[in-house]
Amino acid sequence: MAKILPEVFYNEMKKLEPRYPQRKALILPALHEAQKVYGWLPSDVMDEVAEFIGVHPAQIREVASFYTMYNLKPVGKVHLKICTNVACCLRGADELMDYAEKKLGIKKGETTPDGLFTLSEEECLGACTTAPAMMANDEYVENLDLQKFNDFLERAKK
Amino acid sequence: MRQTLFAQHFGKPSNASLAYYLTAMHGYASARKALSEMTPDQVIEEVKKSNLRGRGGAGFPTGMKWGFIPKQSEKQKYLVCNADESEPGTCKDRQILTYTPHLLIEGLLIGSYAIGCKHAYVYIRGEYTHEAKVFQKAVDEAYEKGFLGKNIFGSPYSLDITLHRGAGAYICGEETALLNSLEGKRGEPRVKPPFPAQSGAFGGPTAVNNVESIANVPFIISMGGEPFAKLGKLDKSGGTRLISLSGHVKKPGVYEIQAGELTLRQIIDDLGGGILNDRKLKAVIPGGSSAPVLTAEEVDVVYDIEPLMKIGTMMGSAAIMVVSEDADLVKLLLRITKFYAHESCGQCTPCREGCQWMESLLHKIVHGHGSTDDLNLLVDVAQNIGGKTLCALGDAAAGPVISFVKKFRPEFEEYIKGAKHHA
Repeated sequence: MAKILPEVFYNEMKKLEPRYPQRKALILPALHEAQKVYGWLPSDVMDEVAEFIGVHPAQIREVASFYTMYNLKPVGKVHLKICTNVACCLRGADELMDYAEKKLGIKKGETTPDGLFTLSEEECLGACTTAPAMMANDEYVENLDLQKFNDFLERAKK
Repeated sequence: MRQTLFAQHFGKPSNASLAYYLTAMHGYASARKALSEMTPDQVIEEVKKSNLRGRGGAGFPTGMKWGFIPKQSEKQKYLVCNADESEPGTCKDRQILTYTPHLLIEGLLIGSYAIGCKHAYVYIRGEYTHEAKVFQKAVDEAYEKGFLGKNIFGSPYSLDITLHRGAGAYICGEETALLNSLEGKRGEPRVKPPFPAQSGAFGGPTAVNNVESIANVPFIISMGGEPFAKLGKLDKSGGTRLISLSGHVKKPGVYEIQAGELTLRQIIDDLGGGILNDRKLKAVIPGGSSAPVLTAEEVDVVYDIEPLMKIGTMMGSAAIMVVSEDADLVKLLLRITKFYAHESCGQCTPCREGCQWMESLLHKIVHGHGSTDDLNLLVDVAQNIGGKTLCALGDAAAGPVISFVKKFRPEFEEYIKGAKHHA
């Protein structure tokens, strides 16, 4: 099987290998690293991760499907994850989610047709004292209101 | 006057630097003292004297936990720091990781020395990408200066620290689920025994401690266990507590108080500035969303582990969510229950099925199709989850349901009578 994961993946793994007494412990870091490259985890990429670590491909899928941060299907360029858990909910997260759906013209779980935004509902992000909050890819956006959300969208479009 | 250990260092990103830690916080002096002047047993003894109790939620004495790690072991021993901070309402460890990462590293160094661990892992929740970068940078700085690595401070002791990122699963805050996740598995809690102290990470004796617990250890070594214990106002809990105060207060934030210093009402009024928009207080969730709810009449309780336990709730991770009269508690409980249904790992039937059933019953009630039988069934299901599962997630899901319905039953009945159909 021809390798598709880039060298940067293998270099990163080489650095991590000596840090764990068992090779299987590399599964989570490897999936993070692979997703960094593709934005999600295509099937052939998970197969290559399995081969690299030396486990059955099913073991990789069993792990990847357990954790919500691993995308098993493609996501938009900007993945918006709005927290709607208790603390955010008390500070208007539901209204924010409604607004986001209307503004983007999609329901949560969907991606805009231009592939720019994916909208997800997120569980507690640990930003409860700066609620409501969302993640946009890796970045936290906190103390949100409709205006701030709107401004963020405009910036992201550029 | 209130004595704080952490709060004065929070807020400025530049405080995360090693330079700040060395000059403003006597950085690494405690670790130097422990490694050069104290035996591992003396360190554990000092932590026992400090009355430091686990800050992750269970409140278990940290020194005792370390004492459970066997002195002699053929297998490698591990210290694993739980930085998964995922209990809804909690965001205090994030402050430590962001502003005082070296405090955590120094605590890990002292703790690892005490239990005889050569490689410590910090399991950080996947969403904390910024915090992970800040912490990794601090780890790199510590290696550069020789505070980590081989023969630290010229002693025979060596330690490595590795940061391991989670990937979005509440259950990984449970210590054995966390260990499975560290090992590259699904984050499913293990059957206990064996407890981690016998067989934890990679099969070796392991202590799992919360970020705040470990970050307190340098203070204990520098000031001594007894003075640290005396920071607490009640007998059993030493030191200070970082409180995540959120919801309907004017000034939400992470605050630090001496353990047992204030009542819940004082925290809401004096620290939080009172209720948002000057509304009336309706309810308080006092220890993360797993903690049974309190009514406005119950908030004169001293905010510490035992007083809260006495009134049937818990301090948990010290996350206080304040709810004003504007909130709809039935909908709020549905949201809480939906969370547990989503996060149940699915191993134990009572939790997997029970959480789904509680969510659908609440859904039915909120949408105006519920009956009194449904409400009774809801409580019955909740009562049949608690104590019947491998880990505490089941109890965590049941507690809110039982307490919300018990204390705010008229609000549920209003939905059932059809008075509220607007959902």
